[in-house]
Amino acid sequence: MPLLEVDHLRVTLQTSRGAADALREVSFTLDRGQTLGLIGESGCGKSITALALMGLLPEGAQVAGSMRLDGRELSTLPEADWCRLRGRRIAMVFQEPMTALNPLHTIGRQIAEPLRLHLGLSAAAARAQALRLLERVQLPQAAQRLDAYPHQLSGGQRQRVVIAIALACGPDLLVADEPTTALDVTIQREVLDLIEQLVREDGMGLLLISHDLGVMADTVERVMVMYGGLVVERGPTDQVFERLAHPYTRGLFAARPRLGLRHARPGGGGDRRGVRLATIPGRVPELADLPRGCPFAERCAVVVDDCRAGLPPAVAVGPGHDARCLRVGVPLPAVDAAA
Amino acid sequence: MTAPLLGVENVSKRYRLPRERLLAAPPEVQALDGVSFTLQAGRSLGVVGESGSGKSTLARLVMALEAPTSGQVRLEGEDLHALPPAELRRRRSALQMVFQDPYGSLDPRRTVLQTVAEPLAVLLGAGRAEQRERAAEVLDAVGLRAADLAKYPHEFSGGQRQRIAIARALVTRPKLIVADEPVSALDVSVQAQVLNLMQSLQDRFGVTYLFISHDLAVVDLVCDEVIVLSEGRIVEQGDPGALFTRPQHPYTQRLLAAVPGMKPRVRGSPALAQNLPQRPSQPT
Repeated sequence: MPLLEVDHLRVTLQTSRGAADALREVSFTLDRGQTLGLIGESGCGKSITALALMGLLPEGAQVAGSMRLDGRELSTLPEADWCRLRGRRIAMVFQEPMTALNPLHTIGRQIAEPLRLHLGLSAAAARAQALRLLERVQLPQAAQRLDAYPHQLSGGQRQRVVIAIALACGPDLLVADEPTTALDVTIQREVLDLIEQLVREDGMGLLLISHDLGVMADTVERVMVMYGGLVVERGPTDQVFERLAHPYTRGLFAARPRLGLRHARPGGGGDRRGVRLATIPGRVPELADLPRGCPFAERCAVVVDDCRAGLPPAVAVGPGHDARCLRVGVPLPAVDAAA
Repeated sequence: MTAPLLGVENVSKRYRLPRERLLAAPPEVQALDGVSFTLQAGRSLGVVGESGSGKSTLARLVMALEAPTSGQVRLEGEDLHALPPAELRRRRSALQMVFQDPYGSLDPRRTVLQTVAEPLAVLLGAGRAEQRERAAEVLDAVGLRAADLAKYPHEFSGGQRQRIAIARALVTRPKLIVADEPVSALDVSVQAQVLNLMQSLQDRFGVTYLFISHDLAVVDLVCDEVIVLSEGRIVEQGDPGALFTRPQHPYTQRLLAAVPGMKPRVRGSPALAQNLPQRPSQPT
């Protein structure tokens, strides 16, 4: 039995324009020691997936389908049971280390809180354990820092504290939602290396959410590309990045600035004048406007009428690699720079 | 020879930190230390470095929002910080800024027209009709419609808001636009649209950019020159192509090595190498 099994998950949110599906047909499994990434732009359903797994969906959200942790159904779990689960079996690292910590409490107290709550440790034992955790996330001068407040730490140090809190009770599943987006590039690398190392040592399952394709390539074994609440492509990271089977995945890659881009372009010759990034026309649809068919149809260069008829089925394009696209294998028009 | 559009000469800035003890002198931090560079009209200069390296301090000094502790910031040869206040005020229309967060940099209670036309009224004393006309003109230039003038920021997406912020910066027909992480808060596909827009506006109007970013690939794409700041000093400067291919300073090498997608696992896969950024060949 896999650690986490998500099957045909559908999440419906109440928006100002009526009920709208934020997630559709999301299915995946994640086992201990495995790493899975979620890629996509804002509004594609990455964070809603994370919140669903944490039982933290907004008020009025409806969940259909199933999410099972070690075989236990989560989608119907009462809030009291969620409280026992959250922070103990499933833990989350949030994007903003500035706002994820309580500015009024010392970091020692914040790390000790789940230990006392979930594991019933005494104040002294929790404090000793908090120190060990701070050392484990390699916070310099950990012993002196136990009584420090969040504002006395830098962004990278705060994110280490957030990770220490997440790890406190030895969770089986770690959900990290853009854990390094607010950090400098060198700090980002350190924090990602730390998460990778801890996941490996503890044999946790890692669900990493990021819009940064490079971060994904470095960190996770498998990725799922999301668009309009749908997993449009998934597979082993290197296969997905090599094949780029879905037009959206391809568009994401083409739009990304890359070092040496203007030298690589034919006629670029190192002169940046006239060198433009390829763009995906249009923008991410609002949830309430999602069409019945493929959500990417309106922006797709190779769309045909059938794409709008209904959700495209997942087509296998390689071992463990599939794409929800009727046009897999159809060559895209040369990705020209937008004027 | 005409003076460069922007000349920064040996600029230093020290900030006084809050007092830690009652009787001790307050500690100081050296945010910039002897920074010099020039920027010719119509070109783009990238400034890269980590948080705390002095990037934003440099932006504030160039925008004449703060005075340097020592050194000079010259706009077309004139020392901005030596100008009388009334004169400086007149010069401000030549300097505009685009901020990182398009959600925080637009007033939610003001329409696009009020936001975009405000610099015209404040800096140039333009009348209503002229304000409206020029605001519509710049909105068109950034790919929005004149009908959007009556709308409020919340009616726009992040990318559109950043277009509004760019329109506000363009409306006074500035010579220099300081862009402080203008695309860091945007999604990949939106980021590409905004970067392309900034480049075509430069081709059309000849604006000069001081482009601050922690993203080396973005700077490589849009800038003619780049300076690398570390702890308030320029540690390396030059053409981005050369600088990012053969970084000389250890700090630049460290920045480059940390760019995601450059780990050995990825580098080893030949297929991936086509899609992900190449690691520039390092000097041995």
